[in-house]
Amino acid sequence: MRLYTPATNYGLRPDLAVIAKSIETESRVLDIGCGDGALMDVLVENRRCDARGMEIDGACVERCVAQGLSVVQGDANRDLADYPDKGFDYTVLSQTLQTATRPDEMLDQLLRVGRQAFVSFPNFAHWRTRAALMFGGKMPVTRAIPVSWYETPNIHHVTVKDFRELAQEKGAKIEREWFFSSGLPVTAGTNWRAEFAVFQLSR
Amino acid sequence: MLSLSKHCFFFWTKIGLSATSRTIELPNPLALDGGGELAQARLAYETYGELNDNRSNAILLCHALTGDQYVASTHPVTGKPGWWERMVGPGKPIDTDRFHVICANVIGSCMGSSGPASEAPDGTPYAMRFPVITIRDMVRAQVALLDELGIEKVHAVVGGSMGGMQALSLAANWPERAARVLVIASTSRHSAQNIAFHELGRQAVMADPNWAQGNYYATELQPDNGLAVARMAAHITYLSEEALTEKFGRNLQDRDAKSFGFDADFQVESYLRYQGSGFTQRFDANSYLYITRAMDYFDLAEEHGGKLADAFAGTEARFCLVSFDSDWLYPTSESRHVVRALNAAGAAVSFVELSAPHGHDSFLLDVPALDRVVKGFLG
Repeated sequence: MRLYTPATNYGLRPDLAVIAKSIETESRVLDIGCGDGALMDVLVENRRCDARGMEIDGACVERCVAQGLSVVQGDANRDLADYPDKGFDYTVLSQTLQTATRPDEMLDQLLRVGRQAFVSFPNFAHWRTRAALMFGGKMPVTRAIPVSWYETPNIHHVTVKDFRELAQEKGAKIEREWFFSSGLPVTAGTNWRAEFAVFQLSR
Repeated sequence: MLSLSKHCFFFWTKIGLSATSRTIELPNPLALDGGGELAQARLAYETYGELNDNRSNAILLCHALTGDQYVASTHPVTGKPGWWERMVGPGKPIDTDRFHVICANVIGSCMGSSGPASEAPDGTPYAMRFPVITIRDMVRAQVALLDELGIEKVHAVVGGSMGGMQALSLAANWPERAARVLVIASTSRHSAQNIAFHELGRQAVMADPNWAQGNYYATELQPDNGLAVARMAAHITYLSEEALTEKFGRNLQDRDAKSFGFDADFQVESYLRYQGSGFTQRFDANSYLYITRAMDYFDLAEEHGGKLADAFAGTEARFCLVSFDSDWLYPTSESRHVVRALNAAGAAVSFVELSAPHGHDSFLLDVPALDRVVKGFLG
């Protein structure tokens, strides 16, 4: 991922950087799958947010807490249900949707717990992925989807088009959207050209 | 074996007179959950590090069932180092160069605070006339101590095991008194299994003829055998099966073959006997009854209308809960239960399950990840 990280953007991955910039200052944010807390750290330090995190990996949680961040070790598939309705201004699910047991239910939870939700994911319809499957005849292993089929945590690959349909089915309004390839914005032909997508949703 | 009554009174007096532990008599009678009040309640406490000018750097540290105020100083009876010296001290995760750490012996205990071994108004030990106390009573006494020390709000309240129960109780009942709440290897309620193990221990004490309905202070005969059995049973619950296997396996103690008798053939037997008898030198059997009872009665949700989230409604404190994967006494599920309630209450909470092989006792032992979490959370 480091490959795509421009030095600006708070030193964040592009999807996290647009999320950080789109979140209003001093808001309440729940970062689901917060990893080592990079986004939370920026939100707390630069945006004066009350940021909370959820992360399944104990080692990541330990690092977050050691940094002074409020992070709960938990499984988003199960533990999001514990949070009250609209307890947060924003929920963030970055590159985790495709690992969810039920992405549709997780989207419901995101929009229940937060007034707005940010969702980012690798786009399975990117031309590299399509080419790998079409010409290689094998499950794609690309720079956006770098892990082999047998050990990938990505159990629900999703495309930009799929996600739009899901959002519509769920009655979620797409407030804003961003697309990236090689860390640079993509504006046209997104379902072909975007390696990563970020959506801001509300309901 | 030493006579416990003499011993207990001896060091009790000694502590009162010497400068090693400060003792305070609470100015007001201590109201008790079981009804009534405890007049002239005494609290013995230790402090480490300087209190700053605006009195904002205090950390209230709450000890576990058989712990005491000697967190980071030599125990006056055993001569052993403090029970959390690895965590508390200059440059340690709970840094006494920065924080003023206060630890008080809980009421009901026997290291200088009011308990069954203390003198009742009639000049004889309370014994079983001492009122049954709760975790909240213990905390109420410590809040009164903070009042006396002029500390309005502590930087953090910290505790492991029963200390964690006290930290949760303080957060729920005196939410304005702590900015941070650190709860390690603890629970918001005693489970049936927890109560069962404690009942086993109490029955062992009470089955000892020397217990004499608790009136053993004036005699030479002490319920040491019963108390030792109670400690042995409890000690098993503090360790993981893996830790016991790793430490002892089926190794024999000072012999090459089984004795076909009932000596301590196995190392694990010898170890438990040693733990049991060592414990009787420093702990009062009646205190063991009272404190285990207080723990069994602990159910924070019950105190707050049956809903744990309500115990923390509106709290502005930051919480951190830590569990250990090998702890079967207060397993991770108990910490999660608290975390769930805190999330429902909208509280700022961190939670991590650390991997450590030692079982419940991990919070006292060398677990570097715990050091990092404690240090990071205290800020």
